[in-house]
Amino acid sequence: MRRIGKRFPGVVALDGVSLEVGKGEVLALCGENGAGKSTLMKILGGVYQPDSGEVLVDGQPVKINNVVDAMKLGIAFIHQELNVIDNLDVAANVFLGREPLIGPFRLIDRKKIYADTEPFLKRLGLDISPKTRLDKLPIAQQQMVEIAKALSLNARIIIMDEPTSSLTLSETERLLELVVELKKQGVSIVYISHRLGEVNQIADRAIVLRDGKNAGGLDRAEISHDNIVSLMVGREIKSAYVGSKAKKTEAYLQVRDATSSRYPGRKVAFDASRGEILGLAGLVGAGRSEIVKAIVGLDAQGAGEVWLGGQRLEISTPRHAINHGIYLVPEDRRGEGLVTSMTVRENITLPSLERFSSLFMISRDKEKTVANEQINSLKVKSPGCETRVVNLSGGNQQKVVLGKWLSMSPKVMILDEPTRGIDVGAKAEIYRIMRTMADNGALILMISSDMEEVLNVSDRVAVMHEGQITGVLDRIDCTEENIMQLAVGKPIPAAKLAFVT
Amino acid sequence: MKKELGIFTLLFLLCGVTGAINPQFLSAVNLANNANLIGIYGIFSLGIGLVIITGGIDLSVGSMFALCGVLLPMALREWHWPWVVALMGSILLPMAMGWVHGTLITRAKIQPFIITLCGLLIYRGLARFIAKDNTKGFGEADGFTALKSLASGRLLQSFDPTTGKEIFTGVPMPFAILTVLAIVMWFLLHRSIYGRYLFAVGRNEESTRFSGINTRLIISSTYVIAGLLTGISGVLLAFYTNSVSASNHGNFFELYGIAAAVLGGCSLRGGEGSIIGILIGTALLRVLENLVNLLGIPSSLNFAVMGAVVLIGVLADQYFQERAKKNPAIH
Repeated sequence: MRRIGKRFPGVVALDGVSLEVGKGEVLALCGENGAGKSTLMKILGGVYQPDSGEVLVDGQPVKINNVVDAMKLGIAFIHQELNVIDNLDVAANVFLGREPLIGPFRLIDRKKIYADTEPFLKRLGLDISPKTRLDKLPIAQQQMVEIAKALSLNARIIIMDEPTSSLTLSETERLLELVVELKKQGVSIVYISHRLGEVNQIADRAIVLRDGKNAGGLDRAEISHDNIVSLMVGREIKSAYVGSKAKKTEAYLQVRDATSSRYPGRKVAFDASRGEILGLAGLVGAGRSEIVKAIVGLDAQGAGEVWLGGQRLEISTPRHAINHGIYLVPEDRRGEGLVTSMTVRENITLPSLERFSSLFMISRDKEKTVANEQINSLKVKSPGCETRVVNLSGGNQQKVVLGKWLSMSPKVMILDEPTRGIDVGAKAEIYRIMRTMADNGALILMISSDMEEVLNVSDRVAVMHEGQITGVLDRIDCTEENIMQLAVGKPIPAAKLAFVT
Repeated sequence: MKKELGIFTLLFLLCGVTGAINPQFLSAVNLANNANLIGIYGIFSLGIGLVIITGGIDLSVGSMFALCGVLLPMALREWHWPWVVALMGSILLPMAMGWVHGTLITRAKIQPFIITLCGLLIYRGLARFIAKDNTKGFGEADGFTALKSLASGRLLQSFDPTTGKEIFTGVPMPFAILTVLAIVMWFLLHRSIYGRYLFAVGRNEESTRFSGINTRLIISSTYVIAGLLTGISGVLLAFYTNSVSASNHGNFFELYGIAAAVLGGCSLRGGEGSIIGILIGTALLRVLENLVNLLGIPSSLNFAVMGAVVLIGVLADQYFQERAKKNPAIH
């Protein structure tokens, strides 16, 4: 791709960006959200047309007018949000729109479609029947089915946009192995990811975009976390742990015998004190989200004891938790955290409307005052408090969720994957907000699957494995190795730990 | 607000054109009659609109009319209930049915379409069974006049004291009741906490629940309110028609309500709509029916005209929304 330019009304998305990927090469495409990665790849995939510049395949200039053109050229796009039809089976998904037909009535040739699907599944080392319905498969395998579809289209270039964002660690490992395998088979991969560890592991080269321009390229030897980040943000940033100011106090939140409907019978207990950020690490599926949902009364079957400041709380609905100052920022921002069609103001005041009303009539002026306070203190980039949340970027949306609870003076703030899909700059701001909350005396419980985040942000880390806490690591023992060992269910002998109780 | 303005313009134009072609449209008698019908239709349409805003639907309204419509004259004439009791009964019964709908929808997690479709079938069947498929009239029932004046009287009607000729034909009671209810509902939907929750639940029930709001209660309460409004307009309708035939009284009325709400900007996906919009939508449908009569269009085309206008309305709305999306600056 040479000197690609693309403008949208009001913004220049791409300004003379060039990119090259060789046969059998894994090219990592990095950049903050809004740097132009997706736009560039959508041009390659035929979704958008460039305003200037040209695309060459095998040295020949080509015109990619639509997705079908891209397919014909062997370019396949695996989107972050999967494009599968989950009420159909594997074979139907792989051959959607190209079903083999048979007989005078042109019916689907069922034998052939299943037989033809098999070799692609084998090539991916996927041990499932082509007759399995997609909704019976975990996300990781659904994604593999998409890759199988790409292979069935003779894809030579596969674009993967944040492919691991909803995969567990072992699934991620599997996917990365697969990328290497595809590469050996001569397939070129363009790999978009915020997870620099993955980039480090598999990329042959990396290209970094910043504000719609090439910020630089890195060869295999030069790829490192620091190099990529400094190109992305255009300056050196120190991403390191900022210690807690608060002195360690006695346990403020005590959870005993907590269970969730996902792992009935598995009980969880932990303590946390004010002013600390307790990381909750573990593999995806370890039951972390489920446990915190049970704690705030969102799991009808869940149970357990929650003590706050020495008092036993009765929590059976989210309202009870909220009344005690225990708030949850859920993992699924758009689905569970926000009503995106509503304004910033309406979202911030939703859980506490009683504060803004007399005789059940809402005072919009009071609402605006509080919403604007949060917008200013959290530096939400929004034209104003009357903007619909759907029009904000992911990072700013997350700040709105935080603002909603911050306006209600949290005692315990539970954050589930607080920075998923958020760019590096906004991430740092969210960490800063979390630290400020803790310094102001709140207790923060952070679930994260991002190892870097866990290590950089937490004061202590509790690690879960299959519905149980396998260990709690003090700051001094928080290493990737220790956390991983606990996450896969192996206890760490006390002798190996530096911190002694 | 833009949406309401568009459909209001349409209503205004239709009235103007009809009035120009047939001046009878603007006669006091005709206007009063239209206002009367807008009153009756508007009241239950507000209820349906409320349900639609939460992302639900209520198909049972017409059959509730039939059931209450046969029970009310029977209560007055055959069982000799005091009219106040009969009136309360006609309003409480649909509220109770609404509560059952709401409970089944939120607790048993069955889709509103199915629950209220069953309601539509069951209540119609019960009405026909109770009435033995006969037509029930009020005749000279006890307490009939008191209720009748409540239901079809005129407010501010005035006569020339010397000639006895009518000076002002007055405001039909149903229209007056609608006005009061609409004001209450406006505050409820657009200014109160409850209204905010309705929009939030309609667009994203999960997020609303995560914000500590009892979404089940909010959703099921809308069916009770819809029942209340159905009950009120059911009484008015029964007195308007004066006799209730169990098999076709209130047929299709739920669809008029849905059409009015949709024309007025309610989205069946939930989370969108306004009281003003529903009122204008109702008025538009009534005026359409009236103009079909006045302009000499065969009345058999009635439904076709309504259907076409609703279709054009939603197509135009979709077009403007798409345009606004492509060009956010206009928004």
